[in-house]
Amino acid sequence: MMVRSTLKYLAPAAFAACLTLGAGVASAQEPIKIGAFLAVTGPAAFLGDPEQKTLEMYVDKINAAGGVLGRKLQLISYDSGGDAEKARTFAKRLIEQDKVDAIIGGSTTGETMAVVPLVEQAGIPFISLAGAVVVIEPVKKWVFKTPHTDRMACEKIFVDMQERKISKIALISGPGGFDKSMRAECLKVAPKYKIEILADETYGAGDTDMTAQLTKIKNTPGVQAVLNAGFGSGPAIVTKNYRQVGVPFPFYQSHGVASKEYIKLSGGAADGVRLPAAALLVADKLPDSDPQKKVVVDYKNAYAERWKSDVSTFGGHAYDGLWLLVDAMKKAGTTDKAKVRDALENTKGFMGTAGVVNMSPTDHMGLDLTAFRMLVIKNGDWELGN
Amino acid sequence: MSAELTQFLLTGITIGAIYALVALGFSIIYNASQVINFAQGEFVMIGGMTTVSLVDGGMPLPLAIALAVVVAAAVGLLLEKLAIERARGASVVTLIIITIGASIFLRGLAQLVWDKNFHALRPFTGSTPIAVFGATILPQSLWVLGVTVLIVAALGWFFGRTLLGKGMLATSHNRLAAELVGVRVKGMLLLAFGLSAALGAIAGILTAPITITSYDVGVMLGLKGFAAAILGGLGSGVGAVAGGLALGILESLGAGFVSSAYKDVIAFVIILAVLFFRPSGLFARRSAERV
Repeated sequence: MMVRSTLKYLAPAAFAACLTLGAGVASAQEPIKIGAFLAVTGPAAFLGDPEQKTLEMYVDKINAAGGVLGRKLQLISYDSGGDAEKARTFAKRLIEQDKVDAIIGGSTTGETMAVVPLVEQAGIPFISLAGAVVVIEPVKKWVFKTPHTDRMACEKIFVDMQERKISKIALISGPGGFDKSMRAECLKVAPKYKIEILADETYGAGDTDMTAQLTKIKNTPGVQAVLNAGFGSGPAIVTKNYRQVGVPFPFYQSHGVASKEYIKLSGGAADGVRLPAAALLVADKLPDSDPQKKVVVDYKNAYAERWKSDVSTFGGHAYDGLWLLVDAMKKAGTTDKAKVRDALENTKGFMGTAGVVNMSPTDHMGLDLTAFRMLVIKNGDWELGN
Repeated sequence: MSAELTQFLLTGITIGAIYALVALGFSIIYNASQVINFAQGEFVMIGGMTTVSLVDGGMPLPLAIALAVVVAAAVGLLLEKLAIERARGASVVTLIIITIGASIFLRGLAQLVWDKNFHALRPFTGSTPIAVFGATILPQSLWVLGVTVLIVAALGWFFGRTLLGKGMLATSHNRLAAELVGVRVKGMLLLAFGLSAALGAIAGILTAPITITSYDVGVMLGLKGFAAAILGGLGSGVGAVAGGLALGILESLGAGFVSSAYKDVIAFVIILAVLFFRPSGLFARRSAERV
């Protein structure tokens, strides 16, 4: 035990010494090592796969254009399979064996939180690609994140409801981690927007019919709109049942369904549904005056050209993470971990696929509600809703 | 208020018919071998997924359905030939465990053959809800109900009136005695797996437009179908249907009148209570008399 803990403290010290000694000799040629651990396979592969592809693509592009600070980038990426335990092991390897300069990764909140203690102890800039608020709240010195949170999605929806003079709503949510977290966040911020939640219904894993819940909502006096916080096949079934039962109120979905798959699964029933989503989804439909348009259109086209598949907002999180890091390294003029961290924390006006990023010592995500766009589904396609 | 109740009942019947179809598959294999086939949900999945991918590939729906049933039946036969028959001398419990392994294997295979995404099948005859006393039901639910009734009738005839069906029942009752009077016992089990796989596939295809199908759709449907079969009495066709409908209606009324968070709890507590007083299910005795 003694020996082990001594080693633990010695290793970073020795590492730091090597760096200082070697710096003068070889730094101009040595690549900047960027570590990544992503859920490329497994149940969260739909997150990790586009993230991995995005990182690969842009590391190649940056190197072709001469690299950063005159040095090439080297991507060292591991597949965590969405498993928190594996993520921890790989993060440890990235820090201790590969001696990377910064880490991007953690497709899911579970992986991210398992790694947080390691990066905090090692003192290495870490940009998470996970959604939940807990990643940055409370603020952790070395941890940043790029995706918007589910709380922001709730707030965006509630702002839209206020504009449309809706104040009494019903909530229906599913059994998944995303569904539960979103439901809790919505309940928490509802009073701030003077939204009253009159009914709070749920459905189970693998449920095939939600007409009972929706009938109950339809017959709850006072309800003016319905919000479905869900992910996967559940929201599509809710949408179909919503039209079947003939619920007359406006229907809101969350950013959890922001994919063409949802529209396809619910058939024509999705028409008229309102939801918050990243600008990436409607890249081509943004007005030319939109400052975000160039970033999202460029990324979308580059991704489609290289991988012959449609872009997803998840890949966009990796795009933002990589460019935030490159930006910070350029500003710091070095890859020194503490200086890069400070530069990250002082990021202002950075335009990413998720929106404008303005970090501060109290906000390690830096996005505001403009990051989300309110969309309406019309004729099986997205339209800007405001 | 009465429209509300009608809607809950219609919803319950819709869900219940799906459970009933899955439960019937459990009953057939149980009848032939006393084995509870936990890969039954995977047959449901194979039926739905095969149809979806064939239709997406441009095949007309009726042909795709026929082919999907054949594919699922072939998988059922292979499962019996390669896994169950090899373990001939093993106890029933061992066979049940083999079916659990088979279900995990089939699910893994489906991820490779297809993908991990959700897929929807177009409803057979439109998606305009039909109004009944102020409540609504989808045309697809009527398809499910109608086919369930047909299948129950056909199975009743098969097990009650045909030599093959009686042979199957005899095999389940006493394997040795059945063999002595000339029943081809080995063939019976093979037939049972093929038949129940085909039945599972039909369930999967009929319900795919309602439930949305994916590689793991069989897990929950299999579990609920199993619960329905137990409630109705394992091995009884009428019991499977009654159990399925009862479970569906309990869930729906629970969600509608009490709380959607507790709907599964309410349904399962009632099942437990029923089984406490009638351990072999609602309709088990009648089925025993029939044999």
